[in-house]
Amino acid sequence: MQTIDLQDIGLREMNKTLHAQADTTNQTAWEIVNPKGAHAIACGLDAPIEVTVKGSTGYYCAGMNQQATVNIHGSAGPGTGENIMSGKIIIEGDASQYLGATGHGGLIVVKGNASSRCGISMKGVNIVVQGSVGHMSAFMGQSGNLVVCGDAGDALGDSCYEARFFVRGTVKSLGADCEKKEMRAEHIEILKGLLDEAGIDADPSEFTRYGSARNLYNFDVDNAGAY
Amino acid sequence: MCGIVGLFLKDKSLEPQLGELLTAMLITMTDRGPDSAGIAIYGDEWKGRSKMTVQAADPDAAFPGLDQALSNAIGGKVKMSVKSTHAILDIPARSTAQVRTALHNINPNIRLMSRGDTLEIYKEVGLPKDVAERFDISKMSGTHGIGHTRMATESAVTTMGAHPFNTGDDQCLVHNGSLSNHNSLRRKLRREGIHIETENDTEVGAAYLTWQMQNGATLGEALESSLDDLDGFFTFVVGTKDGFGVVRDPIACKPAVMAETDQYVAFGSEYRALVDLPGIEDARVWEPEPATVYFWSHNAAPTSNEKAA
Repeated sequence: MQTIDLQDIGLREMNKTLHAQADTTNQTAWEIVNPKGAHAIACGLDAPIEVTVKGSTGYYCAGMNQQATVNIHGSAGPGTGENIMSGKIIIEGDASQYLGATGHGGLIVVKGNASSRCGISMKGVNIVVQGSVGHMSAFMGQSGNLVVCGDAGDALGDSCYEARFFVRGTVKSLGADCEKKEMRAEHIEILKGLLDEAGIDADPSEFTRYGSARNLYNFDVDNAGAY
Repeated sequence: MCGIVGLFLKDKSLEPQLGELLTAMLITMTDRGPDSAGIAIYGDEWKGRSKMTVQAADPDAAFPGLDQALSNAIGGKVKMSVKSTHAILDIPARSTAQVRTALHNINPNIRLMSRGDTLEIYKEVGLPKDVAERFDISKMSGTHGIGHTRMATESAVTTMGAHPFNTGDDQCLVHNGSLSNHNSLRRKLRREGIHIETENDTEVGAAYLTWQMQNGATLGEALESSLDDLDGFFTFVVGTKDGFGVVRDPIACKPAVMAETDQYVAFGSEYRALVDLPGIEDARVWEPEPATVYFWSHNAAPTSNEKAA
């Protein structure tokens, strides 16, 4: 285990050290202490390493992640995991707004709650939230899955394309062109796989699936009021 | 952007450190706004007295003899202590309106920063570190305080455009965001006889709250109605003699983090601002919900009457 004290070496040195790890590195376990809410911790990683941040992080932690696993032992600031491509981010506390925005792949797990705009414009990332998510989550979601074990706030899945949303609790309101869908066997399978991977014990049959009603795919003047 | 910090102390033993804690929090937020900075401190109450904070661009010319001139004008004792470009006026209780008129007659270039029994506001163009140093904020004690560092969007970078804004006796407001209907609202409020000094959007927000409260609303009610009447982005933190409140617009783009322990309730635009507070490791940390008014008061201490936290 390699330990980096952020107070000692500073953000740029820390990220440079992590970026220097190649696919073949033997130093696969890293620990970052004294994060103190700093921005851009462990951003842009691209190696099969596991980074554990001991504390809460600021904006854009683990942004653009590829291959790496990033554990946050605290809460995460706005834009965590923005544009994640692959790998895994596990947040022990809560996540602030626009978690996993535009993410293309990989998995993000939140043990607490996620704030507004969780998974906004998601393009393939899977996000599993053990608690609840805030308003406008998965706005313009294009693909991937958002799993919410608690409740969802206002306007879930507004203007979404083919992303899937599984919510166990209540949905305060659905966004434009988002609707409740039938939960078929294949969806139970997908959800079970995601819950297992996230290490969350929940019964897939208790969830409701939501997704696009596909009415806003192309502009239609009759729908102008719905945009 | 803009950065906001706030600290409401429940534990009296922390009161001597209020200025120091708040200054450190505000300096951490410097990169959210380098244009101007300001701090509101709720400090000592002097029995039978009120206070006003005033500012002058040329303190060496404006302040000497001001206390005597004001004493003569209002027929009561006015004491003054000068801190850089600001001066604290120690005035007879309930004489703020009289002193304000007298001040205007003596020297119309002197600006009123705050009025009340315990509130003092210090604000200037510059970085938080320099502004705090200039007024020796870190040595100040108090029960609660609010700080702001500004990245200007809606109006000029001036002392009067800096936050906090004084909205009434012992009341102040800081804002992160931008209001889009401030011009029409300013016209409306001016027609109602509300004094608005600048072209700044936040001053209109502050004046709006003042107007609501003049018409009988409580601060909580005024904040609730601001959600209907103000258009734009805002996270507001407001201070009163007894406490402080927080409200975010329904979209809630502007960040806000709160922390509560047995000793304090703290607000920061980012968690970074809170990391050096005592006992933060064990604090309850959360984001205030959109379109929800939160308020903490020494009257109701130590229980908070936050809604939907």
